[in-house]
Amino acid sequence: MKLFGALMVLTGAMFLASLFVGYAAISIPDGLTALFGRGNPLYVTVMQEIRLPRTLLAAMIGVSLGLSGAAMQGFLRNPLAEPGLIGVSGSAALGAVIALQTGFAAAFFLALPITALGFAGVAVALILLLAGPRGSSLTLILAGIAVSAFAAALTSLTLNLSPNPYAASEIMFWMMGSVANRAMSHVWLALPIMALGWVALAGLGRGLDALTLGEDAAEAMGISLSRLRVQLLFGTAAAVGAATAVAGAVGFVGLVVPHILRRFAHGRPSTLLWASALGGAAMVLAADLVTRLVLPERDLKLGVVMALIGAPLFLHLIYKTRREFA
Amino acid sequence: MTLLSVQNLTVRRGECPVVDAASFSIGPGECVGLIGPNGAGKTSLLRGALGLLPFEGTSSLAALPPRQRAGQAAWLPQTREIAWPMSVERIVALGRLPYLARGARLSPTDQNAVDAALTRMGLQNFRTRLATALSGGEQARVLIARTLAQDTPLLMADEPIAGLDPAAQIATLQVFETLAQEGRAVLTSLHDLSLAGRYCTRLIMMGAGRIVADGTPDEILTAARLEEVFHLRANIVPTPNGPLVQPLGVIQ
Repeated sequence: MKLFGALMVLTGAMFLASLFVGYAAISIPDGLTALFGRGNPLYVTVMQEIRLPRTLLAAMIGVSLGLSGAAMQGFLRNPLAEPGLIGVSGSAALGAVIALQTGFAAAFFLALPITALGFAGVAVALILLLAGPRGSSLTLILAGIAVSAFAAALTSLTLNLSPNPYAASEIMFWMMGSVANRAMSHVWLALPIMALGWVALAGLGRGLDALTLGEDAAEAMGISLSRLRVQLLFGTAAAVGAATAVAGAVGFVGLVVPHILRRFAHGRPSTLLWASALGGAAMVLAADLVTRLVLPERDLKLGVVMALIGAPLFLHLIYKTRREFA
Repeated sequence: MTLLSVQNLTVRRGECPVVDAASFSIGPGECVGLIGPNGAGKTSLLRGALGLLPFEGTSSLAALPPRQRAGQAAWLPQTREIAWPMSVERIVALGRLPYLARGARLSPTDQNAVDAALTRMGLQNFRTRLATALSGGEQARVLIARTLAQDTPLLMADEPIAGLDPAAQIATLQVFETLAQEGRAVLTSLHDLSLAGRYCTRLIMMGAGRIVADGTPDEILTAARLEEVFHLRANIVPTPNGPLVQPLGVIQ
């Protein structure tokens, strides 16, 4: 439970920092009163309509990516697995790109995230169809790779056929992932879907623990693998699909966070689930803070910063733990 | 009372039956060795009987709901897998999973079962070691301890002693013998015929998907059967500790 306490403190600190660090210098007391709608109306607008949705979204996306990363690694028994593997984020990105390209994104306020979510759903349906009801984890990976590759190809095609450079650059910027300039309506769109995904993923603990001993042993211990798989796919699609739909593609969180925390969770997949949820939130909040503190005027993208932090960190971890997985 | 009853169990791989109409039952106090050459269908028979493979016929275990079956029979698969760097004690404690409610901690009963399993396999001093850092044979013992911690009336194991050193092989089979004497039952596939003859109360011999013979070690381990089923020329020496099988050559 020391781990739980430490992660709660870390995530809480990042959450507060995210609320109170920004372009407008607002003191903490002023910011707190503004958050509850009192005091300087300008501050109220900044706190309630800019900082709060941004902070909430960063935390929610972190929880989604961390949780689904830990679940995916546990299910596939592979420390290199990540939520993007099953093609949900790629498909959601494709949906968003198509919405931007066709101009549908401008049709109504939430047109873009809704299209992205729809595409994420289609991806899961496709994977279930391809991998079949009784397939092993290998067929699931292969189906995921096929769907990801197809989504990536269609995304490139859309960019390729893009009529004007302005649309292409908008798409490019969107694909780098960001939680800047989001509104509370984004939070309200994503939260219920993500929450469904979180519930599905959090319920996987037992099954993932049993899977440590392999598929056969897990099944003999009373775990239904086909149910586990559907629950994992549904949970990941809902959590990551919703995250990609509101913030674009943010990589590395689902890969790096479970990897960092595995040792502190004593290797147990069920402990790692909630630990990675909290750790993911802390990491995305931190990365978003970096985008605001470093080169604030150049609008650094969250996905770019995440990869810049994540890749060296991951290399370092592999270097340190290579003996364990040798 | 039987712990496992299998009637006309057939497992197909494609069209071809890899287990062909197998029937047997196992009662308390029996330590049953499943012997046969590679590809005879031993693993498929065990997995089919547990309901882990699609099959025709009936199996009393496969008919149970999964959670209840896990309380009746523990299963040690042939592939030894420990995916994550967890301590030996935590791996063994996974055997208690079928009895734990979601998110519940180990009760004193669970902890006792884990301790007993560690003691039986001589792993007390390994408790806090990382299971993934152990040698292959030690990992095998940890995984056997995991099935013991499940504390079921029936233990089914697929080549549990493959890759163990001679002392660990005998220690493991002695644990199985003790389990049977305590009124449980063990069904295990084995390749060492002499050890099978010494520690099993009964042998089931398979060849080409069929049960060829079923009886006491003295009845089953005959030169004629070894020749016919294993294509092995062997010297069989009866001893007070069961028949000793000395393979002499291969029959082409």
